[in-house]
Amino acid sequence: MEKLVIAGREFSSRLFLGTGKFNSNELMTQAIKASGTEMVTVAMKRIELGDKEDDMLQHIINPGIQLLPNTSGVRNAEEAVFAAQMAREAFGTNWLKLEIHPDPRYLLPDSTETLKATEQLVKMGFVVLPYCQADPTLCKHLEEAGAATVMPLGAPIGTNRGLQTRDFLRIIIEQAGVPVVVDAGIGAPSHAAEAMELGASACLVNTAIAVAGDPVAMARAFRQAVEAGRTAYEAGLGVQAESFVAEASSPLTSFLDE
Amino acid sequence: MFSDELEKISWEETTDRINAKTDADVRRALAKEHCDVEDFMAMISPAAAPYLETMARLSRKYTEERFGKTISMFIPLYITNSCTNSCVYCGFHVSNPMRRTILTEEEIENEYKAIKKLAPFENLLIVTGENPAKAGVPYLARALDLAKPYFSNLKIEVMPLKAEEYAELKRHGMNGVICFQETYHKDNYKLYHPRGMKSNFEWRVNGFDRMGQAEVHSIGMGVLLGLEKEWRTDITMMARHLRYLQKHYWRTKYSVNFPRMRPSENGGFQPNVVVSDRELAQATFAMRIFDHDVDISYSTRESAVFRDHMATLGVTTMSAESKTEPGGYYTYPQALEQFHVSDERTAAEVEKALKKEGREPVWKDWDASFDLKVFAGR
Amino acid sequence: MKVWLNGKEVETAATSLTLLTEELDLPVEGVAVAVNNRMVPRSQWADYVLTEGVHIVIIKAACGG
Repeated sequence: MEKLVIAGREFSSRLFLGTGKFNSNELMTQAIKASGTEMVTVAMKRIELGDKEDDMLQHIINPGIQLLPNTSGVRNAEEAVFAAQMAREAFGTNWLKLEIHPDPRYLLPDSTETLKATEQLVKMGFVVLPYCQADPTLCKHLEEAGAATVMPLGAPIGTNRGLQTRDFLRIIIEQAGVPVVVDAGIGAPSHAAEAMELGASACLVNTAIAVAGDPVAMARAFRQAVEAGRTAYEAGLGVQAESFVAEASSPLTSFLDE
Repeated sequence: MFSDELEKISWEETTDRINAKTDADVRRALAKEHCDVEDFMAMISPAAAPYLETMARLSRKYTEERFGKTISMFIPLYITNSCTNSCVYCGFHVSNPMRRTILTEEEIENEYKAIKKLAPFENLLIVTGENPAKAGVPYLARALDLAKPYFSNLKIEVMPLKAEEYAELKRHGMNGVICFQETYHKDNYKLYHPRGMKSNFEWRVNGFDRMGQAEVHSIGMGVLLGLEKEWRTDITMMARHLRYLQKHYWRTKYSVNFPRMRPSENGGFQPNVVVSDRELAQATFAMRIFDHDVDISYSTRESAVFRDHMATLGVTTMSAESKTEPGGYYTYPQALEQFHVSDERTAAEVEKALKKEGREPVWKDWDASFDLKVFAGR
Repeated sequence: MKVWLNGKEVETAATSLTLLTEELDLPVEGVAVAVNNRMVPRSQWADYVLTEGVHIVIIKAACGG
């Protein structure tokens, strides 16, 4: 497998992991290990007074793992910029998963605010990985604004419905000058493998692993699926649609022999 | 800039890879709806020769999906043959002792009027040699200004310009730029273009980036078939360049050309390789299967029979009744042409032949007034 | 002195941000503080004098995708 390079950092693993929805930090830690991931997302929350809960960060801090703070919870570009500054301070990294969803029901990314925030954050020195609609034109705009990757959704977040946006992802992958990370909607290892076969640079998976019967085994399955899909892409997929034979008759090209 | 990309690509390795393509590689490429450059290399390789009929079928299918059954018609006008370059294969070579013409404004306008009498041409390609001192950007701007009342879509085929010069000409109504790289073989490029401004390979190859930066609407590319023996490699480099440009300047529409040299009957430069009709057809089909949307343009260098057939199999743009000498339509009808025209039919005859093939010649498919900047500048 | 902390009014004896974070027993890493909607870098906590009624937001790492 070719190494993935984002903003000058090399990644051997093309599976990014979200840390939400695990039953325990212990389980999360094991899943991270089993997945082989080198990039995990982390959210921020306001502290509660007298809160003595386990500090999740100590479970994932590891020199081999890039922390990717997200801006989950913000509703517009202004809030995203504030959240980004807080994240940079808290986690000591300028990497950022930019996600802006004003709609609390489907958590769909707001394209105009995401583009606006990307422009500002890039100028402020952030490495911006925006979660976005599977909109090829938007992705080009984000790229031009300086996004380090684009992260189009495969399906609405948490739905596990796979690559509903397949046709658009294909165009995005074809056109993109930055890595394309498929985020949201990947519900099974086969979905991740398909995204990689299409030529996606990486997949970001959370729910499908965190809520699996055995999250650690599922993390391993996704690791294998992402590797298999990427290797298949690099190997060049074989004939799928129809099998071509050299045609004996040549009604269209016989004029060339005249 | 594409010259940086080109540094990373070895000509020899590309040639070896093309020649190593197998039957299975060709089948795999033909089965894909979205091909990459590797697939293109398979389709243009000798291994694809037995699949020509299949490729023709696919090429027609993809072309009709995107373009319907239309052929966009254009006509070139050479406004000067004054040139400071010494391209070894070109009739306008600086040391060729020929009469040099720079059409006056009045002559240019007479040419426009004469063209409009041939057929309802709306797509005009203004062509020059390279002599910026005598026929530079202000001269081109003037020719564009004069053309606006007669034509709705103006393109130029001139020396590579600076990005700001392209932007300037856009303000005068220029909608597209055609520039042939001639060859992507950097060392040999110097042999074909030993002196003059054109001898600078990087300036020419990066001209496409500058067009993109200036947000030129339409960019036309081409390699001169006949220069490099490994013409398959040259076209593959163009395919790479096309993908690169599409990625970086995604608002632009692209066209490709396959100008092909024939053996010269009266001495002069002899092509290093003669690409056959069959091979040119293969290259055309491969390009269409590789890119369903790119415009593929055939000039009157090609014969009437070949053009008529290819118009149904992947070609989407054609010139007709072209004169390749300055003032050829009215002012100097007998002057020395830049290259020999094979298809000498009138535009009306070409139109009739295309209709017989079930194609619809389209004279107008763009109007410069759609471009708000030009519109506002009027 | 009363200040607003994450939307709640609290009583504190701390006169600087450093003292406040010590009073709250916050983890060393993974915390960021904003006062009146402006992020205050850790390097400025010691000198940042708290005044009556300021709005303080303190965040820390959480699980999330």
